[in-house]
Amino acid sequence: MPKKQTTLFDKVWNEHVISDLGVGFSLLHVDRNFIHDLSGSRALGALSEQGRRVMHPDLTFACPDHTVSTAADATHTGPRYEKCVDPLRQFAGDQRITFFDIGTHGFGIIHVIGPELGLTVPGALIVCGDSHTSTHGGLGALAWGIGASEVAHVLATGTVIQKRPKRMRVTFDGAMQQGVTAKDMILFLIGQEGVAAGSGYAVEYAGPAVRALSIEERMTLCNLSIEMGAKVGMVAPDEKTMDYVKGREFAPKGAKWDLAVAHWKGLQSDADSTFDEERFVNVEDVRPQFTWGTSPEHVMAIDELIPDPSEQSDLEKRNGYAAALEYTGLKAGQSLQGQKIDQVFIGSCTNSRLSDLQEAAGIIQGQKVASHVDAWVVPGSHDIKVAAEAEGLDVIFKKAGFDWRNPGCSLCVGSNGELVPEGGRCVSTSNRNFVGRQGKNSRTHLASPISAAASAIRGEITDVRKMMKE
Amino acid sequence: MDKFKSISCVAAPLMRANVDTDLIIPMQRYLLVDRKDMHEFAFETLRFLEDGSDNPEFVLNKPAYEGAQILISGNNFGCGSSRESAVWALNGLGLKCIIAPSFGNIFYNNCFQNGMLPIVLDQKIVEKLAEISENSGNNAPFSIDLEAQTVTAPNGEAYSFEIEPQRRHQLLEGLDDIGVTLTKVAEIKSFRKVDEKNRPWIYN
Ligand code: SF4
Repeated sequence: MPKKQTTLFDKVWNEHVISDLGVGFSLLHVDRNFIHDLSGSRALGALSEQGRRVMHPDLTFACPDHTVSTAADATHTGPRYEKCVDPLRQFAGDQRITFFDIGTHGFGIIHVIGPELGLTVPGALIVCGDSHTSTHGGLGALAWGIGASEVAHVLATGTVIQKRPKRMRVTFDGAMQQGVTAKDMILFLIGQEGVAAGSGYAVEYAGPAVRALSIEERMTLCNLSIEMGAKVGMVAPDEKTMDYVKGREFAPKGAKWDLAVAHWKGLQSDADSTFDEERFVNVEDVRPQFTWGTSPEHVMAIDELIPDPSEQSDLEKRNGYAAALEYTGLKAGQSLQGQKIDQVFIGSCTNSRLSDLQEAAGIIQGQKVASHVDAWVVPGSHDIKVAAEAEGLDVIFKKAGFDWRNPGCSLCVGSNGELVPEGGRCVSTSNRNFVGRQGKNSRTHLASPISAAASAIRGEITDVRKMMKE
Repeated sequence: MDKFKSISCVAAPLMRANVDTDLIIPMQRYLLVDRKDMHEFAFETLRFLEDGSDNPEFVLNKPAYEGAQILISGNNFGCGSSRESAVWALNGLGLKCIIAPSFGNIFYNNCFQNGMLPIVLDQKIVEKLAEISENSGNNAPFSIDLEAQTVTAPNGEAYSFEIEPQRRHQLLEGLDDIGVTLTKVAEIKSFRKVDEKNRPWIYN
């Protein structure tokens, strides 16, 4: 008898298998199908053309987060809306799918609103046509990003076909130092392991340093799993998770809640479970991280020097490093600290939650954004914006000279037309620093919200720890 | 979807690692361009010069690689976003097969929904194939045989590759996943019925 597989991942996976398709593939039941204005409207359009219906409209939720303007005076009209937003709204109506509309309660970046509304719960299988769907793993959900054809498949069948990934566990030990956040933990890991290390694995984040994180921080951790190549990142649910979910709009209530909690308590990797790969990180070694290149693995601690391509033994790496430095206009051996910046973006499904905004606001208290910097705060959802305004965060940001905007994906990917000016240097709390991601020749430096806030004030890449000591 | 059995044509080497989906098709294009026109912007930043004319240095613009249906590339090809338009764009350029030491997960899956064959070969072999392609002059044909699971270089050397039987079958038959799954509707419905009892909190 093969040993029973008892990791968190296996327990959740097994509950969703409808049929075994052989050679490692399974047909899996989808509990939550999140669709948005990029892949969602296209897929729904294709489905309508084929005369097909959505199999499980009650498990499908739509929100146009990618292409909407986040400007205060936006009219929400024009070609992008005609192509992406309006069709999504219409198809959602036709197919009886819950739709969260612009400027209303519930609206926001889909990976932010899922947990916020209680749609994301531990042990749920969640898919979405966006690679950062792994975010939902912060609550112990099994969630991954799918392509547009797969979106159509889920809509038409209520199921997803997936090859069972292998299992990796990353154990974070130790206590985090001041100025270090969940974003720094995961960037550090990606820097150590590279962007392909997790390819083919479902990653479970475990250990005391993960237990110590809030649910929102765990989402940040899981969000970046895909930048290590892993489609799935998960944290086992605990008391904090139950407290987070309890009472949310779509969360189970009454008897269903009690049943759910009893079930969720069992969703942990058993003590004797084995993983295909294990990694260990002592978070005491982690300092504030910034990317210097054009891949999330091009990352360093703020007090390190930019690496020298010629010191890389691997040819591909050497060429990649050299090309990245040419693009970002930086030199080997330089410090990132003091590099002048043009823009700051605090937002995206990685870091746009209330706690991110609170932390960033804590850094800027009473100070002004450097005059040459265009600094933006884009809350992850309508409800976060409202909550932040209720505690006066908007006033703190606006007084400091930040642009306080409406929710959406915005500068994370620029698909709403909001871009870094050509050739501009941007410190961004998002998840990708690819060539041209934030606009033509844009140079993106990924960092935590507090590092981004500190850099906005100084007008240059800044070690946030120095501002905390002042 | 077209059936994929075998192809014989030049193979274009694009030897760099981490060719990401943004490089294959920039987001700004994906938004407003129809699927069938996507290829016009494939590899936009590599393929064209500032003035919009063809960049003669880009491999697919070189006369020696005209009609290439095979692309040879480095590690982690197609990494980045889940954008399926990356595959559409490559399809539109006439590409039917990508050979690389490894692929971005989602991109790899997307290939099979669009009749594209991603072949994983050992890095050394991939590098060798690229070298052969560069040195073998104009229009030296590589052959891919999906049934036999082989790649044959112009010099006659053959390499076999692995592919899951299910994937292979789908490509050979030109079937996308929806068609296959809808044959199992009864099974899906009965699963949900039982699941609503076991996990009622999922359903409202
Ligand atoms: S914020 Fe960025 S990564 Fe997140 S869903 Fe939007 S575009 Fe994707």
